[in-house]
Amino acid sequence: MKRALLLIATMLATASVTATPGAAQTVAITGGTVAIGDGSAPIEGGTVVIANGRVVAAGRGVGVPAGAQVIDATGKWVAAGVVSAITALSLVDAEGVSESNDAGARNSPFKAAIDVADAINPAGVKVANERLGGITRAIVAPDAAGSIFAGQGAVIDLGQDASPITRARAFQFVELGEAGGRLAGGSRPAAYATLRDAFQQAQDYRRNPAGFDGRSRDALVTRADAAALVKVLDGQMPLFVHVDRASDIRQVLSLPRDYPRLKLVLIGATEGWLVAKEIAAARVPVIAAALADLPASFENLAATESNVGRMRAAGVQVSLMSGGGAQAGDHVLRQYAGNLVAITRVPGATGLDWGQAFASITSGPAAAIGMDGEIGSLRPGRRADVVLWDGDPLELSSAPVAIWIDGQPQPMQSRQTKLRDRYLTPTEGALPKAYERR
Amino acid sequence: MKLGRGARALVSIMVATTALSACTDGGGRPRSASARPAGDGGSDKAAPVRYARDPYPSTYHAYPGVPTLLRNVTVFDGEGRRIDGGSVLFADGKVVAVGTALEAPAGAQVIDGQGKFVTPGIVDIHSHLGDYPTPSVQAHSDGNEATAPVTADVWAEHSVWPQDPGFGRALANGGVTTLQILPGSANLMGGRSVVLKNVYGRTMQAMKFPGAPYGLKMACGENPKRVYGSRNQKPSTRMGNVAVDRQTWARAAAYKRKWDKYEKDGGEPPERDIAMDTLRGVLSGEILVQNHCYRADEMAIVLDMAKEFGYHVTAFHHAVEAYKIADLLKANGTCAAVWADWYGFKMESYDGIGENLAILEKSGACATIHSDDENGIQRLNQEVAKVLSSAHHAGIDIAPEVAWKWLSLGPAKALGIDAQTGSLRPGKMADVVLWNGNPFSVYTRPEKVWIDGALLYDADNPRLRPVSDFELGQPGEGDVK
Repeated sequence: MKRALLLIATMLATASVTATPGAAQTVAITGGTVAIGDGSAPIEGGTVVIANGRVVAAGRGVGVPAGAQVIDATGKWVAAGVVSAITALSLVDAEGVSESNDAGARNSPFKAAIDVADAINPAGVKVANERLGGITRAIVAPDAAGSIFAGQGAVIDLGQDASPITRARAFQFVELGEAGGRLAGGSRPAAYATLRDAFQQAQDYRRNPAGFDGRSRDALVTRADAAALVKVLDGQMPLFVHVDRASDIRQVLSLPRDYPRLKLVLIGATEGWLVAKEIAAARVPVIAAALADLPASFENLAATESNVGRMRAAGVQVSLMSGGGAQAGDHVLRQYAGNLVAITRVPGATGLDWGQAFASITSGPAAAIGMDGEIGSLRPGRRADVVLWDGDPLELSSAPVAIWIDGQPQPMQSRQTKLRDRYLTPTEGALPKAYERR
Repeated sequence: MKLGRGARALVSIMVATTALSACTDGGGRPRSASARPAGDGGSDKAAPVRYARDPYPSTYHAYPGVPTLLRNVTVFDGEGRRIDGGSVLFADGKVVAVGTALEAPAGAQVIDGQGKFVTPGIVDIHSHLGDYPTPSVQAHSDGNEATAPVTADVWAEHSVWPQDPGFGRALANGGVTTLQILPGSANLMGGRSVVLKNVYGRTMQAMKFPGAPYGLKMACGENPKRVYGSRNQKPSTRMGNVAVDRQTWARAAAYKRKWDKYEKDGGEPPERDIAMDTLRGVLSGEILVQNHCYRADEMAIVLDMAKEFGYHVTAFHHAVEAYKIADLLKANGTCAAVWADWYGFKMESYDGIGENLAILEKSGACATIHSDDENGIQRLNQEVAKVLSSAHHAGIDIAPEVAWKWLSLGPAKALGIDAQTGSLRPGKMADVVLWNGNPFSVYTRPEKVWIDGALLYDADNPRLRPVSDFELGQPGEGDVK
């Protein structure tokens, strides 16, 4: 399947890269500033070598293998592709168009069992649009709509092929703050009662699957939900927990006392800086909103753009979430990261240095889900998700000039570039605009 | 200008056109209720009494400042000029001079800004701060009077909570010194907007931009038809939107005729209708139409509707498809206030592209950036930087000093306050931002912000970091944000 598509992707890619390599061919991108994405500083005059869909080597003093296709990146940056965390990319064509939106299921009887992998659409126009913003992977999360349990998220690539799934059922997502209280019927305690009861029923299911009810009309937890939660309880699947308030974070950090194998990841954690030492001590990764600085609700009163930097300084493994980039799109992640570098120059603020900031949108989210050995950086052996930028990838003036995903060169067109090209001159020519295509 | 059959040269159209040109000069609006024409002494008709045009007047005043010379800086003057190694001098709340070798008057504070940039304060033409303040709890949802499709009677200023923490963020992180607060877009005619100086006050009036014209928020497209259609009310379609608008404008024209006659001739005063006051103000050119609209085809219909009833659309807001009709907008003298890169979050935003603003500029249409967002308002300079980047990569090169017009003078013009602010022209309000680098770099933040010459944010001085009442005594009080 993948092999058959290779040809198509290769053909589509010819517009962007003149001598097109197949995934098997060795490519050496030389002379550029290399941003590995592992937290290290950018390396000027480095080389990145990819082959068979993987990174072979990246850095200074890396040799060009014999027979490799050489791409000169002098004056450019060669960087790990950006990983967009906590997004509905590929689940939604337009958020407000409910017919097109598979992010949440308010009226479903199923909760934890929901699996977004079933709905990933690699042909959604936003996938190509956001790919051209430098996004190569995404951690796709369902929205909690009918329960505190949103369901199981997936890790995907943004390559132009029919095999988008990197890891299905990669995590379970649960709401335990203000939204959790609302979803559970009106209060945080109700959310915790729901969580504990669901975990109890999952344990019942594990002990005796045949004797588990879970199919009667009034079952709170279906068999499928219980089966999904067993993996969470056993630590086989990370539990992403959205909380923001400091007290909520402490409460979540106490859950392993009762459920010792939980692999927690905090999502949001807007007041995380107030409890940064506890988070660090618990060795729980955080995927945070970079620039939340308003008391958007009573659980965000202490919000500050220094949150991420302060958590990082306290030893928390912290990365950034795009949240789908709100209305702009996932590509704003690099702008978020750049802003965290900016505030290092604001007296009293705590930000990130460049290497940390870039890692917070590449290897950081990959590490939070335990996949940094596979994706998120240009370290040897990682999947070859590489973006060639015409400048600093965190700077607003830069844009990708070539993109590889799993070593496959990607097309540099999208529906947005087609609209742009049609209307660069808005007035009509000899025929209506509908006849104008490049 | 194309005049359709519907625009049969009604007297009101002529009046509207004349008044409009007067208004864009910044005058126009009578200042008090006592301004009335002389009565007709020969008649026994009662002399006309004008109703108050400004019943909630601004009490804003400039805060104290010291004469200040910023030197050795790169200046974007807001009118398209860049001065390297430049200087900006302001005193008594006004810009005094902009140049290269200015002398500091005695007693002036001199700030050497090597490597830094100076610009006019940013003007956000589309904000809901105060009307949808944080925390965003239901009790704070004061931006949409979504109880009828036409609520031209409501005034956004009557919802403004001057303690919104968002004002302080827009100042300190965004360098925003002036902003228009609009009602939301649930309604076809959502009510009056208000222009504020971004200076915390105990009251809304204390923030109100002195002399700024009012705006009327209108909306086309999905929002009104969804809100009312879902209640099985009119409008439930786009054609329903236009039908309700037209019927309302027809009523407004009749109301205007009655009141114009009364205010000229006196006699028995017609019945007051608060909504119609606002629409009469639009037809008279005193109130500027700020029209939420996404799709190109709908904007074109609105432009014709404006001709039909004799008003002018000052600006389309959001205007995600404005790039498709840049020539039409230019021909109509209508601005587009847009985001940099928002797209795809609803059907009518599906065709959004990052080059929208750049194509408008290239076509000679009036265009500005806007936020419509309590977070985006903190980074409008970066939003413009994204536009410049998209433009450059599409082969449209626009100089950064020209692009600064999208952030200050352009929106000030579309708000009718460009005689007072929006550029560093001598005599204008000293609304000034000192940036710690190039403001179109992601690595740059405001270092100091002056409003009317008063230093109201200083990154180096925690006492000059505003803390709203809401934040006092709460976690994070006085923190960097």
